Amino acid sequence: MDRFVFLTIDGLSRGAVYAAFALALVLIWRAARVVNFAQGAMAVAAAYVAYTVSTTTGSYWLGFAVAIVAGLLLGALVDRVVMRHVDHASHLNPVIVALGLVLLIQAVLGMVYGNEFRPAEAPFSRSALTVGGVAVLSPYDLFVFATIGVVVSGLAWMFARTPVGLRMRAAAFAPEVSRLLGVNVGGMLTLGWALASGVGALAAMLVMPTELGLHPHAMDLVFVSAFTAAVVGGLDSPPGAVVGGLVVGLLLSYVSGYAGSDLTPLAVLVLLLAVLLVRPGGLFAPVAARRV
Amino acid sequence: MSATRAALPPKHRPADTGDRPVDRRLGSTLLRHLAVVLAVGLLLVAVSYAVEPFRNFQLATVAAYLCATAGLTVLTGLNGQLSLGHGALMATGAYTVALCQNAFADRGMTGGWLLPLSLGAAIVSTVAVGAVVGVAAARLRGPYLAGVTLAVAIVVPALAVTFDGVFNGEQGLSVPVEPPPLSLGPYFPYERWQLWLTGAATLLALLLLANLIRSRYGRSFRAVRDDEVAARLAGIHVARTQVLAFVVSAATAGLGGALLAVLAQSVSPGAFSLTLSLFLLMAVVIGGLGRLTGALWGAVLLVALPDLTHSVTELLTLSPAVAQRLEGNLPLAIFGLTLIVVMIAAPGGVQGLLSRLGRGLLARWSARRS
Repeated sequence: MDRFVFLTIDGLSRGAVYAAFALALVLIWRAARVVNFAQGAMAVAAAYVAYTVSTTTGSYWLGFAVAIVAGLLLGALVDRVVMRHVDHASHLNPVIVALGLVLLIQAVLGMVYGNEFRPAEAPFSRSALTVGGVAVLSPYDLFVFATIGVVVSGLAWMFARTPVGLRMRAAAFAPEVSRLLGVNVGGMLTLGWALASGVGALAAMLVMPTELGLHPHAMDLVFVSAFTAAVVGGLDSPPGAVVGGLVVGLLLSYVSGYAGSDLTPLAVLVLLLAVLLVRPGGLFAPVAARRV
Repeated sequence: MSATRAALPPKHRPADTGDRPVDRRLGSTLLRHLAVVLAVGLLLVAVSYAVEPFRNFQLATVAAYLCATAGLTVLTGLNGQLSLGHGALMATGAYTVALCQNAFADRGMTGGWLLPLSLGAAIVSTVAVGAVVGVAAARLRGPYLAGVTLAVAIVVPALAVTFDGVFNGEQGLSVPVEPPPLSLGPYFPYERWQLWLTGAATLLALLLLANLIRSRYGRSFRAVRDDEVAARLAGIHVARTQVLAFVVSAATAGLGGALLAVLAQSVSPGAFSLTLSLFLLMAVVIGGLGRLTGALWGAVLLVALPDLTHSVTELLTLSPAVAQRLEGNLPLAIFGLTLIVVMIAAPGGVQGLLSRLGRGLLARWSARRS
């Protein structure tokens, strides 16, 4: 029972990070109809910037802040310099360009920092506090939950209640009409990319200390898990992404706890296939009309 | 100038040659392809005698990659299905060959027919895996398909580590291969034999692919890519066509992986990482989607680029650590950058550029004659 409680909490903590990462995917999908396969690599790049800042200044929190700023800037840069110029007529094109970005970013990181693992420090203790003899949350878990909670509710508030959020939704939903009504559609798209990339960078900062550490490929598997989370929830639904993230986190935690950590990639693949074959739109998407 | 430009076909033609009307004067497609394959085969034999052993080995590697990129061209370029998991399919073929060859060696069996048997087994096993993934793929679209195949690319190497009793974990397996037959003479260079082997297998695969592309099936592949609804209305079974395309490309990927394993005489999960899958896609896109000749450019690039960056880093006087970092990563960076630039500036790839150039020259030449 103790083990089950521990695995559940560990899974929820991991799941919160997947949720944030999946949310970043959903943000770009809703704004630009692109699944950003380069999200993981972009987040790793931001984490490396944070690593440099943290090691030179000695301050974790300065690095943390810089990571998010770097993520925001990188997202805007990728949209302005690359994605904007891609022909979106075929859905293959943006995916292929994003994969090119993955190679480029990982190679540049490898050239600058080398391909070895670097330790990623956690700002709080990762050993669990015990309540009534049962190990439950670690301070770091609490930090993860709080940060993700703030970000998710902040984004929800922004989209639902602020003029910028309204414009972003309008630009994604009906670009031509929005343009006629004076919305800067291109600017909204860039903002969407920046926000998504910032959230991705934050998620990378949170997940790195619990994984092997900093490495150009550190986010490959995390990306697949987050993609699965986004698909479980339906790529169009931000609440779905959060629920999907928690589901995937729990699944991975139970599988690695009871069956061995080597099997977690396989579990992700099985879940992804199962969801796609049974309900391709995700669990939260409205049932779409059949085409033929 | 405007007159020559008007003579050119419309710019936004789908990027493939398969839609060209067949030239009747040259006889049947099969005979024409056979003639080309024979000519290329003879050329390869001549080249294998003319160049040094290392170049032979490199050409053999190009041939092995070409097998995989040609299959991926059929899948992505002609059928419009994006696969990031072809590295995993190559791994399936490679491990099958390794297991078969080891089993033969353990039983003390020898003979020239064993390797073709192992290669056949590799094709059969990848066809099985490809059929499973293909059935799922036929129900998925765009980014979903990319995501699933990405997961496959990450999972398969991990499986080799999980079941290390069979696959020997990160270490991988060795692939015992017999020396060239004695009838070729006692001093026949091993690399030349490797080139002959892989060249023959790849040419056979290419011949089959080229004929498939020109057949009824090839036309349904393209019809499904261009408009699924229209294809369905025309009586094409869309899902079946997509599964067929996936299975065909899986078979060639498996053969390519198996050949690569035979060339390296070893197989390990590290050789079939996600990066290889991405590389294959890059090669196909940079070479030119939808043309088998594009797949050739891609395969050449896959072998030549690391070699080229190696020579460049050797020219620069760098500390060993820096040189090592550059050598592993510079080809990746160049590939990624080229890919982005090609997708934005020249979606037809190298082959598209070349044929546009050729067509322009031809148009100018015929304009001067008239």
